[in-house]
Amino acid sequence: MSQLKGKVWRFGNDVDTDLIIPARYLNTSEPKELALHCMEDADPTFAGKVQPGDIIVAGKNFGCGSSREHAPIAIKAAGVSCVIAASFARIFYRNAINIGLPILESPEASSTIAEGHEIQVNLSNGQITDLTTGQTYQAAPFPPFMQELIQSGGLIEYVKKKMNMQ
Amino acid sequence: MGLTMTEKILAAHAGKTGVEPGELISAKVDMVLGNDITAPVAIKEFAKIGVDRVFDNEKIALVPDHFTPNKDIKSAEQAKILREFARKYGIVNYFEVGEMGVEHCLLPEKGLVLPGDLVIGADSHTCTYGALGAFSTGIGSTDMAAAMASGEAWFKVPESIKFIYYGKLPRWVGGKDLILYTIGQIGVDGALYRSMEFTGEAVAELSMDGRFTMANMAIEAGGKNGIFAVDEKTLEYVKGRDKRNFTVYQSDPDAKYVQTYEWDVSKLEPQVAFPHLPENTRPLSQCGHVSIDQAIIGSCTNGRIEDLREAAYVLKGKKVNPNVRLIIIPGTQAVWRQAMHEGLFDIFLDAGAAISTPTCGPCLGGHMGILAKGERAIATTNRNFVGRMGHPESEVYLAGPAVTAASAILGKIAGPEEVGVQ
Ligand code: SF4
Repeated sequence: MSQLKGKVWRFGNDVDTDLIIPARYLNTSEPKELALHCMEDADPTFAGKVQPGDIIVAGKNFGCGSSREHAPIAIKAAGVSCVIAASFARIFYRNAINIGLPILESPEASSTIAEGHEIQVNLSNGQITDLTTGQTYQAAPFPPFMQELIQSGGLIEYVKKKMNMQ
Repeated sequence: MGLTMTEKILAAHAGKTGVEPGELISAKVDMVLGNDITAPVAIKEFAKIGVDRVFDNEKIALVPDHFTPNKDIKSAEQAKILREFARKYGIVNYFEVGEMGVEHCLLPEKGLVLPGDLVIGADSHTCTYGALGAFSTGIGSTDMAAAMASGEAWFKVPESIKFIYYGKLPRWVGGKDLILYTIGQIGVDGALYRSMEFTGEAVAELSMDGRFTMANMAIEAGGKNGIFAVDEKTLEYVKGRDKRNFTVYQSDPDAKYVQTYEWDVSKLEPQVAFPHLPENTRPLSQCGHVSIDQAIIGSCTNGRIEDLREAAYVLKGKKVNPNVRLIIIPGTQAVWRQAMHEGLFDIFLDAGAAISTPTCGPCLGGHMGILAKGERAIATTNRNFVGRMGHPESEVYLAGPAVTAASAILGKIAGPEEVGVQ
């Protein structure tokens, strides 16, 4: 789980949550249904072509806009194993960690890794390897508190543990 | 070293005397908000925690406003999840369709958010309440679930940016123009992860409605929260709505800001944000000829009584262009009633506008005014992303109520002066 490998799908800067999952599909919260429309208004063919394990690489401010958790849920349910971006919008960042969708910030990886490349991601040390070019990148590791959240299996498990201790 | 009001509020709710930017804290919340899109997901997650009660049934607000009155069977099922949860856990602040409003208009109006509060909401525009001198920020459904159980949430203390607006605002320039201008200057990630503190004589002059509009769109610059100092206007607004004690926090003179922006806004023009990002702003005089098919006045940004008054002032005695659908959506039932009493509805109806019950509706492309392929709308809402109001090939232009109303009359983007209103 801490070592991921997949094919890259590239997106640009400021990919907003309406592009990730348009509001017209938010009358459901069923992950599988949401996955069918993932990234639809950015690339209508994405949901049909994405393979389990594939990785999204995007520019700055990925996930800006609404707080809809449906966005990381749709991405995760579509089979995407990880999102790498130059930066993330803060609610998306939070939501992804809370639901256990791995995300990494790396402006260098974001600006150089090309569509279709095969890449490998080591979540425990933040290392990204472009297997197509052999180049490696280092993403900032999570602060200890967030590592604890992720290790607990997300926020719900974390709170569950905490509340049962009280 | 002094503290900003944001830092003071966070510290107080974390049981600390001070906090520093970057610090991760766990803080108690005064209110947890969810709507008919985000709360169903939160309720599912809440069930997994395995507690048999919420942390406080008076400190949770559930507002079905996005797809309500339910637009289809699926959204009706989502709203039902909320309703049943509210009944089961005795949630006091659940608002059924006859007493609801767009959540961020409704909560301040009901006195559910007060100065000094720490509020989280599973909706990105929860930052609206910063107008009251509260710390409020949008979070996701899982955060909402955890907070409903524990009454707490984790935060990274943000760095702060100070915005100083000098000068007296010109006629037809208000909170919407100030915030659009600000986003145009700093970009949609110009305040990413940061707290935005709005100060200066121009914002001191703004009414509470104008301040709500500004704080509302802090998220459109990536901000964690947007906050205003508490002054007499704030206290006046809160008076009679407050049912509990509150604390006023002010920023220290030596508080630390990572950045300060200072603008003289005495010559600012009304602003319009072009598709497809709120940062694509232009002063009205540089908009050129942009014909429109639809105009929307409403939303959590500009659905308050002053917004409707401003629109009515422009529309009075005029007709909406035959090529335009003008849809007016008062933010809450109380705003609706007030507008009705003031005779604003007659003005709107005479002009040929449609008036809707409070709902988010077209703001997020939900219902009540969806755009077809190639259509263009001007709206007082807050986002003009691709497909935000309907077809992915439609367009949304963002503006304040006066410009939106004038544009509806002329059938193209225009200011009040162009329709002869001074
Ligand atoms: S009015 Fe628009 S922005 Fe405001 S809460 Fe509703 S959908 Fe969101």
